[in-house]
Amino acid sequence: MSAVAGIRPKSPAERLLATNSWLVFVFFYAPILVLVVFSFNANDNVGIWTEPSLRWYREVFQDQAVLNALKNSVIVAAISTVVSTILGTMAALSLERFRFRGQKLYDGLLYLPIIIPEVTMAVMLLLFFAQGFQWLDSTVGWSPSFGLGTISLSHIAFNISFVTVVVRARLGQLDPRLEEAAADLYASRWQAFRRVTLPLIMPGVLGGALLALTISLDDVVITNFVAGPGSTTLPVYVFGLVRRGVTPLINAVSVVMLGASMVLVAVSFGFQRNPRSRVQSSSRS
Amino acid sequence: MKDASVVAARPELEEAARRADSRRGFLIALPAWFYLTLFFVLPLGIVAVYSFATRSSTGRTVLGDWNVDAYRRLWDSLVLQIAVRTLVLALVTTLICLLLAYPLAYYMATRRPMVRNILLILVMIPFWSNFLVRTYAWKVLLGTDGPVSQLSQALGGEPIRLLFTNTAVLIGLVYGFLPFMVLPLYAALERMDWSLVEAARDLYAGGWTAFRKVTWPLSLPGVIAGSILVFIPTLGAYVTPAILGGAKTTLAGDYIVSQFLAARNQPFGSALSMGMMFIMLGATIIYFRWFRPSGRDL
Amino acid sequence: MSDAVILEGVSKVFGDVHAVRDLDLGIGDGEFFSLLGPSGCGKTTTLRMIAGFEFPTQGSLRIRGVEMALQPPNQRPVNTVFQSYALFPHMTVEENVGFGLRMKKVSGSEIGERVTKALDMVQLTHRATASSKQLSGGQQQRVALARALVNEPEVLLLDEPLGALDLKLRQAMQTELKDLQERVGITFIYVTHDQEEALTMSDRIGVMNEGRLLQVGSPQQIYEQPTSRFVAGFIGEINLLPATVVDHESVRLAGGRLVAATTGTPAGQEVTVAVRPERLSLFGLGETVPARLNAVRGRVVRRVYFGDVFYYDVDTPDGVLEVKEENRPGVALHEIGEEAVVAWDPAATTVVES
Repeated sequence: MSAVAGIRPKSPAERLLATNSWLVFVFFYAPILVLVVFSFNANDNVGIWTEPSLRWYREVFQDQAVLNALKNSVIVAAISTVVSTILGTMAALSLERFRFRGQKLYDGLLYLPIIIPEVTMAVMLLLFFAQGFQWLDSTVGWSPSFGLGTISLSHIAFNISFVTVVVRARLGQLDPRLEEAAADLYASRWQAFRRVTLPLIMPGVLGGALLALTISLDDVVITNFVAGPGSTTLPVYVFGLVRRGVTPLINAVSVVMLGASMVLVAVSFGFQRNPRSRVQSSSRS
Repeated sequence: MKDASVVAARPELEEAARRADSRRGFLIALPAWFYLTLFFVLPLGIVAVYSFATRSSTGRTVLGDWNVDAYRRLWDSLVLQIAVRTLVLALVTTLICLLLAYPLAYYMATRRPMVRNILLILVMIPFWSNFLVRTYAWKVLLGTDGPVSQLSQALGGEPIRLLFTNTAVLIGLVYGFLPFMVLPLYAALERMDWSLVEAARDLYAGGWTAFRKVTWPLSLPGVIAGSILVFIPTLGAYVTPAILGGAKTTLAGDYIVSQFLAARNQPFGSALSMGMMFIMLGATIIYFRWFRPSGRDL
Repeated sequence: MSDAVILEGVSKVFGDVHAVRDLDLGIGDGEFFSLLGPSGCGKTTTLRMIAGFEFPTQGSLRIRGVEMALQPPNQRPVNTVFQSYALFPHMTVEENVGFGLRMKKVSGSEIGERVTKALDMVQLTHRATASSKQLSGGQQQRVALARALVNEPEVLLLDEPLGALDLKLRQAMQTELKDLQERVGITFIYVTHDQEEALTMSDRIGVMNEGRLLQVGSPQQIYEQPTSRFVAGFIGEINLLPATVVDHESVRLAGGRLVAATTGTPAGQEVTVAVRPERLSLFGLGETVPARLNAVRGRVVRRVYFGDVFYYDVDTPDGVLEVKEENRPGVALHEIGEEAVVAWDPAATTVVES
């Protein structure tokens, strides 16, 4: 493949291609850079630059509403990531390593949350919880309300599918002979899973968990519908602010959120480069 | 000397072994199955039920009075307008994404491996960063006092009034979904056997012909995958139009949401949701049947 | 010699494909036994049934006298060396080798001892702590061997283990494997499609085709006394001529009568005469052919020089015969177009079915 570029002199077509590509990259990054730059703007008015300042960042970290929303986001993301990773990994295993009746249906069911429009899912869950609370109240007398619980339950509902897709891909790449070799060497089904399969799919499991975490932290539409008073998450809170107008405070919050995404991306790349170092320590037991 | 008793007992034991294994698989699948049935299938059923209910004059939903009024209303001119507008927007977004992404993906796929990886990371970074923030960035850029406007004023033109227009929404959608088009395209082009292009040139094809007859057809699976990954979510877009669009440009997503907030017409909103879901499901099935009869690495 | 593995009436069906049909086979204790055949003949399926990765659809499988056809692989005293080695990529060499022992809950110190001994045996002690991914193909294969042998199984199964190695390495490993087996004394069951490998390494060979076991015997028996047309043609080079049975010791061809043992076959039956090229000699017209030899007249149509031998194609009324003659002084050279006589010792004639 490397033979195509780099040997012939740059033709006009090549130059055009390169220019287009760099323009697209500018298109990608300019808005983000503008955002970052203006978050350090001392001026109240976002568009007009006066002087650099950390004023807005200080305000962000003192703003109770923002901090509260951030706390909620983290709680919900943590819960939904853990649960959906466990359930999703189990689903992937059952689909790739076993055969049972209704497997095709199960496979299809797991894809639905990915395909379905977010708005529909938001509506579904809203009606479900509303209806469910009424029913619980009339039968058991317990009347829960919308809050972090409903948000977490909703996030898990769509995250399971994402984790399953990622883990299945990883399982598919695994040489089935390895599990046969483990059995040949006297391992029971469970031992073969724990000592061979699990360490080797761990990068996939962690990748799936990371994906679930990111999606959960990002979610606006569904969370918006199933949140309650006092239980908004960061993106939903920012969404509310944004609809009302552009302020430098939002800039600063946005940049913080961007920074967090970057950290997550860096972490995930770190995992992919070095899966062995983490995996080896777990196989020594 | 054949041991007849062993031969006779065979089928039962083998079956029993297979059934035990199958049961284990079923048990492992059970938790996710149970969860999704409760928190996905059941809610879906409830929406379906609600879509046949009636809206009382006070905005409450009456479950007893079943009818298809909500579905009949789907054919109202207003609804159709919104549907067409959404569809057109989705198609245009997909097309623009394709036009922008293809040269980029081609460029990336034809670089040296090290450069390729760096470019890939550069594309992934916006992809992984928060969608809301990225859309908000355009609100900043396109405001009447924003940098774009300032730039055009500096160049002697008028202040730009792009915000709250269809164009703004289009820009926001293209910006948000471009990585979804770039990545499958890049994957398809990178996997391609480039010696085929060289063979075409060896057989006297010019650069453009070689592209048309070899590269483009071979990259088609990537084109289709990317188009689906952009088209379908764009149909249901809510956040981007909500931030960048205005009252005059209601799209499907916002219309549905408003039924549950301002307009308080749950049956109608449910019918709309069901409708949108079936359209998307249909598009996905068409994709899987026609274009990818085997394999499913979305 | 008691039998390590006995298969009786074993069949395996996948859907509507008969991978293995009605196999009867006994493999002796301490034997180096090869299953030889073309791709798809059922040899690997048979091996997998002995290992426990597949269960027979029918039949009985006894290991050391104990019926084990339906036992899962982790409960059989059998270990496998896979074609792709199947080393655990996330473990080091010694962790790989000690895996089976850890599963059987052998004590830590004993594991250490036995692993060291096993690695010694395959000369990889110096790589004990290396990651299995860092090894070359040949080294990985030796780790796979050690990993299997350290468990002291009753039977070792090898599934085309040398397929991925280059020629020189393969030949070296063949010798090593044979030596190893003799030292350790364990029964080896070796699957291969390479007849040279089977011939040089095995005590006995079982030739399979299309799910059936066609012939079992020592390498000599298989090579010199094939009992079927397929086996005759699969191993080495051979000449096959159509003929009709005359009586219990001769057959007729277009080119004349031949002396050949045909016990049991009725007169008039169509058969095939098989002779190895190296057992044929070419005589010029002027030379005397000893009367007791079978002889056929023909014309030399081709001659190929192979350095150490010459191959001649001789056109006869019954077809083209391939003759292999040594390239050394004392053996006459023959020219293309020459009329000649192909002759051979009747004892070297094999008669198989048509």
